[in-house]
Amino acid sequence: MAEVSVRAPGRRWSKPPFIKSPGLRWGLYIGATIYFVLASYSILVDVDWQRVYEGLPRGAKFLGGFFPPFPFANIIETGGFEELAAQRLIDIGDGLIESLTMTVTSTAIGILISVPIGLGAARNIAPAPVYLFCRGIIAVSRSFQEVIIAIFCVAMFGFGPFAGMVTLSFATIGFLSKLLAEDIESMDPGQAEAIRATGSRWPQWINYGVQPQVMPRLIGLSLYRLDINFRESSVVGIVGAGGIGSTLLTAFDRYEYSTAATILLIIIGIVFFAEYSAGKIRARLQ
Amino acid sequence: MPVRVEADIKVWQRRDRNKQLAIWGGWFAGVLLFAYCWQIISVNTTWFFVWDSPRIAADIGSRMVPPRWEYIYKIWDPLWDTINIATLGTMLALFMAVPVAFLAARNTTPHAYLIRPVALFIIVSSRSINSLIWALLLVSIIGPGVFAGTIAIALRSVGFCSKLLYEAIEEIDHSQVEAIEATGASRWQIMAFGIVPQIMPALAGISVFRWDINIRESTVLGLVGAGGIGLQLSSSLNILAWPQVTLILIAILITVVVSEWVSAKVRHAII
Repeated sequence: MAEVSVRAPGRRWSKPPFIKSPGLRWGLYIGATIYFVLASYSILVDVDWQRVYEGLPRGAKFLGGFFPPFPFANIIETGGFEELAAQRLIDIGDGLIESLTMTVTSTAIGILISVPIGLGAARNIAPAPVYLFCRGIIAVSRSFQEVIIAIFCVAMFGFGPFAGMVTLSFATIGFLSKLLAEDIESMDPGQAEAIRATGSRWPQWINYGVQPQVMPRLIGLSLYRLDINFRESSVVGIVGAGGIGSTLLTAFDRYEYSTAATILLIIIGIVFFAEYSAGKIRARLQ
Repeated sequence: MPVRVEADIKVWQRRDRNKQLAIWGGWFAGVLLFAYCWQIISVNTTWFFVWDSPRIAADIGSRMVPPRWEYIYKIWDPLWDTINIATLGTMLALFMAVPVAFLAARNTTPHAYLIRPVALFIIVSSRSINSLIWALLLVSIIGPGVFAGTIAIALRSVGFCSKLLYEAIEEIDHSQVEAIEATGASRWQIMAFGIVPQIMPALAGISVFRWDINIRESTVLGLVGAGGIGLQLSSSLNILAWPQVTLILIAILITVVVSEWVSAKVRHAII
């Protein structure tokens, strides 16, 4: 009997590419490579490697500041609690309270203002001029980073938490109104129409036809924004708008890495706690 | 259905009494908390400056126009730096985020009680600390410049990208993975042919989304010395050159709007 080849004819299978059109695929690959080379060159050419090398011990010192965090480190080092350490703890506490109050007030004010703007920015509810106006406010609020807005608020209202509160409220408006408007635009029109068919007035229509549909998401987004506002409240202090950020900046400027590490650990802890409880609340609502 | 009886007539209402009371109680507690916080802020505020602010705003506004258009030749270079910080930072972040996401997802983690918490801690700490603080830290460690900014953006984005990515990994269709397993594939082959194709669209979407956010964030990194257009912004602010500030703000606005448009287009094409 002659030998039979069992090899099946045809090509070997290979994974289909992620981008289907070959022209677009290769164009993207080549363009990305050229950009990557140019951009890396322009970044790396300026790096002072000597300086980076000298800085590494300082980085290690900063990381060392985490173990153990500063109040405990002070107890271990000196066997007691120094006055300076107590003063630092008070500073951190003050900054933290300022940050938290800024977070709460700015989120509350932001939600109050963003609900009407969100209604105005929904195409299926608002007439065209109102729609354009509200979308304009949202675009301006979203385009600028909080810190840039904070610079102007500090220039206008002076140093302190008030400027930070206005900044965060303004940033909240852009975030919440945009997502609220998108949610209203994608709502089920049947329910809203049913309320309208009962002869309801406009506020009743919003209250019974629209609000129940968007409420769970609005609460979820508000909780998320509360979390973001706390995180942002830690940076607006860098330009003088109050909060834990100014304490942190002082700590960095004085190379007190253990104080800075303690502040960062506290921020991480609070964010973790906020995220965990927000998850619980959201799970209960849905 | 909650119904109230009023003179023998049943009246429909939205909630029953206890629920209504609980909601009012919640509102009351919320208002109290707000009043308390407002009190603290109010004590730390110089109200004279606040009442004076409309005049100051009008004054700054009048100094800001017209923008100093000639200055544009000086901001092309920082603008290019800003875009590089965001783009390379995002790329660097993705390199670190993919392994972290695989370690954090319940269905792919090597060990649910030893390795997963570590991955989750990396995600939370990266997300909690703003890129400006990362930049502050890196500037004091490796010196000012674009390089510090890029790494700051990367470190901030790792948490964001891995969080969204590990959620995508947890939501994959398990039957596809099982089909690959049934062919006798190794652990790496299962990943490459069973999991990766399913999360590829999510990964692309996440990276473009984060890139768009990073463009916005990298515009301010210069304020702490980490390169980009923020450097020009802060020096113009320091010398009170308001017309230059206006021009820089216009440049930032255009960059952000264009990047948002690109990001929306790409995400639309993927999904």
